[in-house]
Amino acid sequence: MNILIAGVGGQGTLLASKMLGMVAQKQGLDVKLSEVHGMSQRGGSVVTCVKIAEKGKKVFSPIIDMGEADIIMAFEQLEALRWLPYLKKDGTLIVNTQKINPMPVISGTKTYPGEIIKSIKNSGVRVYDIDALEIAKECGTTKAVNIVLIGVLSQIVKDIDKEIWLDALRTVIPTRLLAINEKAFQKGAEYEESDK
Amino acid sequence: MLLLGNEAVARGAWEAGVKVVSSYPGTPSTEITESIAKYEDVYCEWAPNEKVALEVAIGASIAGARAMCCMKHVGLNVAADPLFTSSYTGVNGGLVIVVADDPGMHSSQNEQDSRFYALASHVPMLEPADSEECRLFTKLAFEISEEYDCPVILRLTTRISHARSLVNTQDRESIVNKEYVKDIMKYVMMPGMAKKRHLVVEDRMNRLAAYSNKSGVNRIEWNDKKVGVITSGILYQYVKEVFKDASVLKIGMVHPLPLDLIKQFAEEVEELVVIEELEPFIENHVRQMGVKVKGKDLTGRQGELSTTILRKQFLNEEISYADVDNEFDIPNRPPVMCPGCPHRAVFHILSRMKVRVSGDIGCYTLGALPPYNSVDACVCMGASVSMAHGMAKAGDGIPTVAVIGDSTFIHSGITSLIDIVYNKGNSTVIILDNSITGMTGHQHNPTTGYTIRGEEAPQVNLVKLAEAIGVKRVFVIDPFNMKEFRKLVKQELDQNEPSVIIAQRPCALLKTVNYGKPVYIDQEVCRDCGNCMRLGCPAIYKEDDEYRIDEALCAGCELCTGMCAFGAIKKEERI
Repeated sequence: MNILIAGVGGQGTLLASKMLGMVAQKQGLDVKLSEVHGMSQRGGSVVTCVKIAEKGKKVFSPIIDMGEADIIMAFEQLEALRWLPYLKKDGTLIVNTQKINPMPVISGTKTYPGEIIKSIKNSGVRVYDIDALEIAKECGTTKAVNIVLIGVLSQIVKDIDKEIWLDALRTVIPTRLLAINEKAFQKGAEYEESDK
Repeated sequence: MLLLGNEAVARGAWEAGVKVVSSYPGTPSTEITESIAKYEDVYCEWAPNEKVALEVAIGASIAGARAMCCMKHVGLNVAADPLFTSSYTGVNGGLVIVVADDPGMHSSQNEQDSRFYALASHVPMLEPADSEECRLFTKLAFEISEEYDCPVILRLTTRISHARSLVNTQDRESIVNKEYVKDIMKYVMMPGMAKKRHLVVEDRMNRLAAYSNKSGVNRIEWNDKKVGVITSGILYQYVKEVFKDASVLKIGMVHPLPLDLIKQFAEEVEELVVIEELEPFIENHVRQMGVKVKGKDLTGRQGELSTTILRKQFLNEEISYADVDNEFDIPNRPPVMCPGCPHRAVFHILSRMKVRVSGDIGCYTLGALPPYNSVDACVCMGASVSMAHGMAKAGDGIPTVAVIGDSTFIHSGITSLIDIVYNKGNSTVIILDNSITGMTGHQHNPTTGYTIRGEEAPQVNLVKLAEAIGVKRVFVIDPFNMKEFRKLVKQELDQNEPSVIIAQRPCALLKTVNYGKPVYIDQEVCRDCGNCMRLGCPAIYKEDDEYRIDEALCAGCELCTGMCAFGAIKKEERI
């Protein structure tokens, strides 16, 4: 299974991929992750890849290329659109409906495209659109956006026990923030796919 | 364990009994040394630059300890001087140099191919293809170094350094220091000694060539013999996905290459392909043997390769993927200075002053991008200061300042400043002192007062340093005081002698920095002038004809409050 995580530097995409790596490991599957460090992290468009092999098989490349992702988890609308060509034709998109203006929009040379999610839905991709920022805020911190989205992911990746997800959560999240993040995960896991 | 390639190199070095590690941070190599710092039984440090770091490692090796030095590709340019001669002296304790190339330039100013350094300096080079090989090859590198009496380079690329894969672990070997025996014929490189050592180097490379052919570090995976692919590093992983039936010669030692093995492989396959990123390093060696081969004619030298490129170029496969029907003009999302960044104030002012800015390597290189469009040139670490001097001597009369970060100034800006003072220049140098090495992810340096392990350390006093060099006009200022900062820069540009302005404010991402609540725009007061937008802060945006501040992004630094003539930007007081 190939999961591509797209977002804006600083949104917590790295932690999300780390947690997915842990989940795969706990499930006893071969896994590779690819991360972005350095300059592009500074508020730029960032992508991390999670590749999990079927039982008994191996992952070779840690990178997900065009048309290879089964699932894209986008932390921001424009990034969902930007990375969409990396999704398989019949893939699934989980998208946080938050918008973060890139510098060309801020400086007025470009406009932020409208109706992104509607267009993606029309293209035949299965879309879970969710205001993860609002839900994270309700749980107690805007930083839990990544965990809300992982919660949504947990309903799509059905063959992993809930206990494994929670176990991985406990490993990557500091104890003092655990209760908030468990709540965020639960809200994501219970999120109902909206009608097309 | 699921480890980054970089973490696995650190693990391998620790298992190999490494005793001394000295490095300078640089993406994508930084996490190697950061991970080493977690092993308390290894001495480890951030050096001021890569040359110093390698010399520290060479010293430790001569004294008998296993030593390592890590850097990014351009760092090896800085460390090239000790590299070439340590190839002559050879080692006592094992010496491993790790260099991480950045094809595609995710975080670099060029995409040079470090393999040519191995060739030019006559030093063997290993290249792992995943994290487990990072661990194993690091250990092997120490063995080869001691067996063949030479430094060994371990070459990584971004996709190896920053990918995680499963790694086995072993215990730390109990390595004792080799005995130090004074031997000036081996360790003092004067012409008389070096002439003899050069012969030793040639002999060593011949023996290493034999090793390369016979050792399992290079291996053939036989499959269908219609197509044979020679590859190494991350490309091996792409090849295994794309050329499912092909035979593969996986190169683990890229210098010296296993030429006999390559010849044997070439003879048995119908069509030979070399897949490598950047320069045709392996391909040129293969062509020199008179073997027909496909490679760079189909992939080019620029950027990263990918499974998509290989599928299209070699297999003519069409890629299918999800796509929307509407035509979207998707705006780029280039990296930006973070909300709260102290550099924002500096570049806002420099941009308005329309001065020429000689730039340097760090987060502040982003001052070249809109809306600042401020930096005029950026070449390499330390160059801002010396280039500003050269620009002044060119005599075009355009007012010019140099901007350089605290860590970069220590790395290689000091000698440039000496040049300005000694040669009676009059440049204005702005040191952007944000109390940390920022871009690579917060490493300490000699100006922060802490070591790599966060222990307190003597702190370089930049004011006294500049004064000791002979700069008489040295100023410390908070750049958020934009009016004063502008006045000061103007004043110093008018002086007929060198000036150093230390713009001091810590990086907003430091844990010690807390600006409190975000600010907001009081819509009742806002007159829609849009002046606040000129700062280029990613937290400030316009929507539904209103200027707003994204409270999730805002750092609360309040720099923008000074931009509003009407006092509409207020600190968050609402519940």
